[in-house]
Amino acid sequence: MRLEPRDSVALTWQIGAPLLAVIASMAICSGLILWAGASPLSAWGLLLKGALGSTFALTETLTRATPLIFTGLAAAVAFRAKLWNIGGEGQFYVGACMATWLGTGMVTLPAWLMIPFLFLSGALAGGLFLLIPTWLKTQLKADEVVTTLLLNFVVLLVVNWLVFGPWKDPMAMGWPQAAPVIDQAMLPVLVPKSSLHLGFILALACALAVWWMMRFTVWGFEIRAVGASLKASTFAGMPVGATIIRTALLSGGLAAMAGVSELCGVKGYLTLDLSPGFGYSGIVVAMLAALHPLGVVLSATFIAVIYIGADSMSRAINISNYIADVTTAVSLLTVLLAMFLTRYRIRWK
Amino acid sequence: MDILSLFLETGFWLATVRMATPLIFGTMGELICERAGVLNLGIEGIMAAGCMSGWTWVFLGGTLWGGVLFAACVGAALGLLHAVFTVHLGLSQHVTGLGITMLGASLSSFVFRMVLPQVTTPPKIIPFAPLDIPVLSSLPFLGPVLFSQTALTLLAFILVGVTAYVLLRTPLGLALRMVGENPLAAEAQGLSVLALRTGAVMVGSAFMAVGGAFLTLAAFDAYYIGMVNGRGWICIALVVFSSWKPGKALLGALLFAAFDAIQMRVQQQSISAIPYQFYLMLPYLCSILALITMSSKAAYPKALLVPFRKGER
Repeated sequence: MRLEPRDSVALTWQIGAPLLAVIASMAICSGLILWAGASPLSAWGLLLKGALGSTFALTETLTRATPLIFTGLAAAVAFRAKLWNIGGEGQFYVGACMATWLGTGMVTLPAWLMIPFLFLSGALAGGLFLLIPTWLKTQLKADEVVTTLLLNFVVLLVVNWLVFGPWKDPMAMGWPQAAPVIDQAMLPVLVPKSSLHLGFILALACALAVWWMMRFTVWGFEIRAVGASLKASTFAGMPVGATIIRTALLSGGLAAMAGVSELCGVKGYLTLDLSPGFGYSGIVVAMLAALHPLGVVLSATFIAVIYIGADSMSRAINISNYIADVTTAVSLLTVLLAMFLTRYRIRWK
Repeated sequence: MDILSLFLETGFWLATVRMATPLIFGTMGELICERAGVLNLGIEGIMAAGCMSGWTWVFLGGTLWGGVLFAACVGAALGLLHAVFTVHLGLSQHVTGLGITMLGASLSSFVFRMVLPQVTTPPKIIPFAPLDIPVLSSLPFLGPVLFSQTALTLLAFILVGVTAYVLLRTPLGLALRMVGENPLAAEAQGLSVLALRTGAVMVGSAFMAVGGAFLTLAAFDAYYIGMVNGRGWICIALVVFSSWKPGKALLGALLFAAFDAIQMRVQQQSISAIPYQFYLMLPYLCSILALITMSSKAAYPKALLVPFRKGER
């Protein structure tokens, strides 16, 4: 077997390959559905219906996509600079903690000031938090994949302590949760009688802003250059250190905004299950989008469709809703393969 | 609490060795992969798969050793998948590894729900019993600590010796280290880089899965979703801590498990001013600390993370 780089790749292929990969992953997971004794076609049909079939389903899906856009952007930006930030989950909770700390009565502002204030301070906290492993990477050569990952567990234990200890809401009937944020901090709902909130618009705006920055600004160019070749960008006299710090602040900030958005948009108070792994799913979202900021919106929606749809599908045909996790994992692998095949062709000899 | 008296307690050392066992298997597995030049971030998922498949094998009527073997095969299969992606196609080892972790963990949960739909209390199996080796286990102190463990723990210790011997003293080990350090030179010697790396990843992943199986077949008697609980990631930190040496890795795993055991004792005995969550953080913080102290002087296998493609470069 030999691998040959392709000279040029048609744009249709670049867009079509991930789509084909997603279809392939659904075909693979059909095996599991068959095993569970259901018909794959009707199962996937039920999934689509459950995720997109009504206004309610659609708003639920977009609500679920919102934190995934943020964490997906966080991973995409960092991975572009080859800063392997696996700590999205931890940064998510750092943002949520910041919003809880400031939003439960410590600061009172009118809503139009309160919401930006919480997002900015949350993002700042998340960005600064990612600076710790980034600093360990650049100064002490400690692999950031491991440090960011381990810090997720540390943050989760801190949240555990907070919601069982000092932040425990005495009004919560003994449940481990923090006090709810004040009314001015709650994000307004976009569609009446749905859960879709302002965070979705903000996520879209962030995707556009990140795309614009990566495409048209010097900072964006530097991030891409550092990721493409550290040596070359050092040689070209680029501010490599500053670029990595900027990337970390941006990536950690975006992941933390997911936490603020979930807290102030959906639940209203901090719990241990505020995130069912949004930080980790963000990595899949970013990879599905081939690290493209606008693609992140699409792939986050796709993942949200899988999760929201799988819930109603699993209820309808009595199959474990872990099928959503399996489909996501298989999609990640098939998309990797598809993206590889757009760049290389395999020659058997 | 008196920490000193703790170290004189046989029970403490017994717990330490028991808690180190899955870490030893996992760390050896990861070490073999990395020595051959492949980072295997799939470890957390591979351990989960080993955990679940070993337990299911026994639950469905198989023998305990059959469960261990089955877990190893499942681990090797996931390793093969990782190898096809990273070794043969040269895809990002970070991303593929995370994909394998997600696949292993989610498939385990799914299959577990298929085998046992809707149960609240997971049924139990009869796990490995502690061995009582006639003469050795009556040795003072060392006897109960080392020779009254389950067979899998003994196997872990033997594995370290075998791995160290094969890796450092045999032609096969030399070849493995060579593809991790300088694949071009290895190829010039007529070695197959792809085959050696694939083999290393498969064997390493099998070890990781056995580490997972230890959790359900020896340490506990039931399977819980999420029971690997970060042990795989700790193994990755331990490999760096050991500077890629089997002996030091064993030491690291024991040290780490001792920390865990101390943490549990302190948590039980004192209603201290420090909340228990902070004790639970210690293993993770220690891992990070270990990474920092060892990374600066660490001798990475030179070709770690670098894909090898024939005819390129």
